[in-house]
Amino acid sequence: MTDTPIKDAAAHAAAAKVADYEHGWSADIEQEFAPKGLNEDTVRFISAKKNEPEWMLDWRLKAFRLWQTLEAPDWAKLNVPPIDYQDAYYYAAPKAKKKLESLDEVDPEILKVYEKLGIPIEEQKVLAGVEGARKVAVDAVFDSVSVATTFRDELKKAGVIFLSISEAIREYPDLVKKWLGKVVPVRDNYFAALNCAVFSDGTFVYIPEGVRCPMELSTYFRINAENTGQFERTLIVADKGSYVSYLEGCTAPMRDENQLHAAVVELVALDDAEIKYSTVQNWYPGDAEGRGGIYNFVTKRALCQGARSKVSWTQVETGSAITWKYPSCVLNGDDSVGEFYSVAVTNNFQQADTGTKMIHNGKRTRSTIVSKGISAGHSNGTYRGLVRVAPQAEGVRNFTQCDSLLLGNQCGAHTVPYIEVKNPSAQIEHEATTSKISDDQLFYAMQRGLGQEEAVALIVNGFAKEVLQQLPMEFAVEAQKLLGISLEGSVG
Amino acid sequence: MLSITNLQATVADKPILKGLSLSINAGEVHAIMGPNGAGKSTLGYTLAGRPGYEVTGGSVVFDGQDLLALDPHERAAAGLFLGFQYPVEIPGVSNLQFLRESLNAQRKIRGEDPLSGADFLKIARAQADAMGMEMDMLKRPVNVGFSGGEKKRNEMVQMGILNPKLALLDETDSGLDIDALRVVGEGINRIMRKADKAVLLITHYQRLLDYVQPDFVHVLAEGKIVRSGGPDLALELEREGYRELAA
Repeated sequence: MTDTPIKDAAAHAAAAKVADYEHGWSADIEQEFAPKGLNEDTVRFISAKKNEPEWMLDWRLKAFRLWQTLEAPDWAKLNVPPIDYQDAYYYAAPKAKKKLESLDEVDPEILKVYEKLGIPIEEQKVLAGVEGARKVAVDAVFDSVSVATTFRDELKKAGVIFLSISEAIREYPDLVKKWLGKVVPVRDNYFAALNCAVFSDGTFVYIPEGVRCPMELSTYFRINAENTGQFERTLIVADKGSYVSYLEGCTAPMRDENQLHAAVVELVALDDAEIKYSTVQNWYPGDAEGRGGIYNFVTKRALCQGARSKVSWTQVETGSAITWKYPSCVLNGDDSVGEFYSVAVTNNFQQADTGTKMIHNGKRTRSTIVSKGISAGHSNGTYRGLVRVAPQAEGVRNFTQCDSLLLGNQCGAHTVPYIEVKNPSAQIEHEATTSKISDDQLFYAMQRGLGQEEAVALIVNGFAKEVLQQLPMEFAVEAQKLLGISLEGSVG
Repeated sequence: MLSITNLQATVADKPILKGLSLSINAGEVHAIMGPNGAGKSTLGYTLAGRPGYEVTGGSVVFDGQDLLALDPHERAAAGLFLGFQYPVEIPGVSNLQFLRESLNAQRKIRGEDPLSGADFLKIARAQADAMGMEMDMLKRPVNVGFSGGEKKRNEMVQMGILNPKLALLDETDSGLDIDALRVVGEGINRIMRKADKAVLLITHYQRLLDYVQPDFVHVLAEGKIVRSGGPDLALELEREGYRELAA
């Protein structure tokens, strides 16, 4: 743990580069980065930086050794360029972009999008990385630092634990140890194993028995989500009879110098508990020619362990060059419920292979899947979903609705459902449609006064309505605008 | 208000309008009648700017503006409304949302402030009431699951809310029973029979004209106006058929 990670000239050069950014948010700690490349030393460095206990380091190292024996999955309908894992930073990469003095220095295209989304100016500064904006914006959003404190106090009073995962590992090791890796095992898949080895930070939430979390865990997160995107780790445990609604992500376009993202999210719902998890994902999708953009390989899974527990995933996926993501529910508890509502938009050269898995192990477990895929430009969108009913699971019900909307004739929409039923009492329904935005619809809307892009946005939002209305109110409006913006230039 | 001079238009390279001229003043109701394939619907679509309807000659001046230079939504904002023969369904989008966004988009182009939700609802409710339409219908997705008659009635509610200067009504009477025809006819009169508005009825049959009395009737055949006259011309057409008159 005391190994010095800086061993070569390249790392020293990187250190010098970092020194240029001493006014950055996280530059107050000396050498706040690991050198390029991935080996056991990188893993040790990250663990040491976080003052992690021995057991955590061991867990990471085991994961790293396992990861080295695994192969990246190739079954998705994605064309993934080879990724050089040694040519990347795994902890606090030196930022290539310079600190901005004001919003005037921000790419006007990005500012235009902020404006269309209706993001307040102070919040825009934070998102764009303007010098000194952070404190101001937090104040602006929460009115004052004391309000932020009130916010934390209120959660504390309710007994809700809401911390970064690093803090939780130090402060609540038993809780973390009990559930970390229990929903998504280390060996689950290549990207999950990688995340276990090198996760930088993330969130831990624990809702005690019988507590209804007094607020959406969202507003807070919106501002604080920067710089945790690359290898995020989230663990939410809802104890018996509790409820929490959690929103991850941001409608504003997020740039990140790290091309590879591999997050893991684990949810645990005990008896009668309910978790509503909403995601708006708008990472940089690459340019119109398909250059650049984030590769997003995410493993999200919920364990509905308790009887009558419920987990609802809602996702609006508009960003990233490549999306590989299947938020799933393992329905172990009798009468537990899993839901998956998804809108996935791909434009230009984006590729998305996304869907869900509903694993029915408990009796009378129910699941609902509503997937809306929208493809434009030269993009490809795939829905991939598994519904599995175990032999002992009597009286299972599933309903799956899978709709695809195409804009133009260069894009593709694909639906790959897997249904494995081992109990004859199961009722499984699957409906799928594919349609195009018709010239009739566009002209009709334009004749009433809507510009072409407004018309596309309106029609697309109508198509995705069932999913959008699952989102917490304040984000539903922004998500609607986001769908329109993501498809700009895709018609005509 | 509208001055069409020697308008020529093609659809998929096929000439449909072949030198059509027509003038409509404020306060007037005109009817264009003609046999199938004469170019009646093409005239409506061309004036509204539908992609695929290519103007190859002539000019159209609307309210002092070169209409043909405007995009379809700009024509709408300038005050042109096309009542569709086959109103289009938009799943998941409520009538109210559709019309509010459309109206505010028009207002924006005209440099007017957007209407608040409450002000818009007031207008929408009044127009729905006047057309005998339940507010519930306005909360349903645009035209989805509407009968033919309900769709046409909905077009009139839309026209009332958007309050255009010029309405081009394409076969608005088709698919209507006699009661619905009367309601729609009354709607047209109530909304559009005003000194500062005008109507162009595009119709195959005389029957709508029993409810909406035109000031002028024109016969369109082979892409041109071949005859114009007063309301009597419609009756004559009904009696004699198009073949004689167009000849």
